[in-house]
Amino acid sequence: MALLEVRDLAVRFVRRGEPTVAAVDGVSFDVPAGRTVGLVGESGCGKSVTSLAVMGLLPRDGTEVSGSVVLDGTELLGLSRREWDRRRGSEMSMVFQDPLTSLNPVVPLGIQVSEVMERHRGMSRRVATREAESLLDRVGIPDPRRRLREYSHQLSGGMRQRALIAMALACRPRLLIADEPTTALDVTIQAQILSLLRELVAETGTALVLITHDLGVVAGMCDEVNVLYAGRIVECADRHALFAAPRHPYTAGLLESVPRLDTPRGQRLAPIAGSVEDNIPWSVGCAFSPRCASALPVCSERSPAVETVGPGRLLRCHNPLDTDVGNTESSHD
Amino acid sequence: MLRYTVRRLGQLVIVTLVLSLLLFAWLRALPGGPVSALLGERATERSRAELVEQLGLNQPLYVQYWRFLGRAVTGDFGVSTGVQPGTPALEVFLQRMPATIELSVLALTIAVLVGIPLGYVAGRRQGGWLDNLSITWSLLGVAVPVFFLAFLLKYVFAIELGLLPASGRQEAGTNATHATGFYVLDGLLTREWDAAWNALLHLLLPAAALSTIPFAVIFRITRASVLDVLEEDYVRTARAKGLGAAVIRTRHVLRNAMLPVVTTVGLQTGALLSGAVLTEQVFNIAGIGQALSLGFQRQDYAVLQVVIMATAMVYVLVNLVVDLAYAVIDPRLRTR
Ligand SMILES: Nc1ncnc2c1ncn2[C@@H]1O[C@H](COP(=O)(O)OP(=O)(O)OP(=O)(O)O)[C@@H](O)[C@H]1O
Ligand code: SF4
Ligand SMILES: [Mg+2]
Repeated sequence: MALLEVRDLAVRFVRRGEPTVAAVDGVSFDVPAGRTVGLVGESGCGKSVTSLAVMGLLPRDGTEVSGSVVLDGTELLGLSRREWDRRRGSEMSMVFQDPLTSLNPVVPLGIQVSEVMERHRGMSRRVATREAESLLDRVGIPDPRRRLREYSHQLSGGMRQRALIAMALACRPRLLIADEPTTALDVTIQAQILSLLRELVAETGTALVLITHDLGVVAGMCDEVNVLYAGRIVECADRHALFAAPRHPYTAGLLESVPRLDTPRGQRLAPIAGSVEDNIPWSVGCAFSPRCASALPVCSERSPAVETVGPGRLLRCHNPLDTDVGNTESSHD
Repeated sequence: MLRYTVRRLGQLVIVTLVLSLLLFAWLRALPGGPVSALLGERATERSRAELVEQLGLNQPLYVQYWRFLGRAVTGDFGVSTGVQPGTPALEVFLQRMPATIELSVLALTIAVLVGIPLGYVAGRRQGGWLDNLSITWSLLGVAVPVFFLAFLLKYVFAIELGLLPASGRQEAGTNATHATGFYVLDGLLTREWDAAWNALLHLLLPAAALSTIPFAVIFRITRASVLDVLEEDYVRTARAKGLGAAVIRTRHVLRNAMLPVVTTVGLQTGALLSGAVLTEQVFNIAGIGQALSLGFQRQDYAVLQVVIMATAMVYVLVNLVVDLAYAVIDPRLRTR
């Protein structure tokens, strides 16, 4: 049994006077203990909503969540607020995209780090502060004692995200969800933060769900990858298999739009034609069909079902790419 | 922080100077000039001539202004002609100040103590019955004129029900020592509990009337601010840490939500005086608001000068305190 098992997770936003949005539409995936699983897809495909649903952080009003989220054998959906709060920050935690807005501007950094240990590890303020100092040191923040007394506006972007990672890992959670943890940062800082994350999850044995729209990040970090399109998982594979031979046309399109070291300079990357605006509802056919180069007539008439196409490999497509397409020397890892 | 305070005190001096210039110009622009203004219409020729000499009205304007300033600095604003004829204007002001401060402080306290918690709860439960009820209440608070509300309160609670005193600051027969002029405080200091209690009862109705507008404004700003803050990413971070509701409320939501509220409270102190003019009138309280309306009625420019000057200074000072409080809450202002 995997540490986290998400089954048929669906999230709908129901607003009076607005059409219902099915942001997540029957998503299932597993996160085994200690592994890193990627959740990849274009903007708006439901990555953040999925992770917020797993953390129980979606707004209560106007949100319908169904399906099942099982962490370590316990069903989370339907837990009371208290039960969530007992797990959030200790068994499971999350790092968000924008480190600047994710830190409280008027509370000293030290308190923001120590409060989570006071809450879950029963530490006094004094002990927790000492622990916070070594945590900040551990995530590579220089002069941690001084930083404890500072506020977020006094830190650089990279340091803020390091601090947020320190908070998330303070209670050694079994599961960490990182939602685009580097998108808001400079390129050079991005690499540092990613290697820090990789190091820390390896060291603490924490399972990591890494959310990104950047397959380059996936290549360097993930064991398994789930590709999300319009609220559904369209392909799930081991990282090597995925990069060696993407089977779903959307995955292949994403891969082609990743800059590679061997891309000749000046050559344009190939972004996927069209936009999510063109999608058709999954209930009608394949949502990707208006943009898909491999589309068959059946694609816009019948919704493709998930099929197992190999060990640990799932696919949702009427006309998948051949196994050997793209299986060349220049594979991506 | 220190430099900031010094700079703000400098602003206080500038505001005061500009205001004195305006007052000086105002007195000279009055029909009949400052002589009629300060002595009233029925002054004798002799006293007029004396005042012209004393004020140096035969001197060039800049000399006149300089002397005006000099007298103002020493607290000499002339003698009251209408409010309390014969008493120095400054003394009139000082005698009446405690009543207004007492009233305003109580009104503002009520507004803050009711407005902030209610605003928080209303924002938290947006669209709930308490939210709707408080919004309606705060709308009524700003829509109903203060003097009408004051009359209404007086009529219902003092005259019809007889629960609270209808006017004045303290019952006439009360055995009370007035050391500071703040009657409630006096009673507490001299352990004349009855006197303090009696003074407080006298304050309740006028303070309730006076507090409605500040309450409404503080409530609405708090509510809007809480709604904003609840949407902030750092509140989501706090929830992702599994923190208890109390910690999230006080440490993460309220502290941030208070920033605009603090500014508002400062601005409301300015608005209190205009409310006090009406409230003191209705409840017959011998405060500054009353002095202001009497001063205008009886053209007592000496008293008006002091009141206007002092009010402006209080206003600037209060806003200095507000800015400092703001900097205490918001570290981003401290390190700039
Ligand atoms: N609170 C909400 N109310 C209504 N719709 C929402 C809400 N939150 C998200 N959505 C919608 O759900 C869909 C999925 O959003 P989500 O934030 O999960 O996308 P994402 O994959 O994380 O994209 P990005 O890469 O831009 O972060 C979007 O269409 C979004 O507009
Ligand atoms: S189902 Fe059809 S349209 Fe959809 S991705 Fe596969 S081939 Fe393309
Ligand atoms: Mg997102």
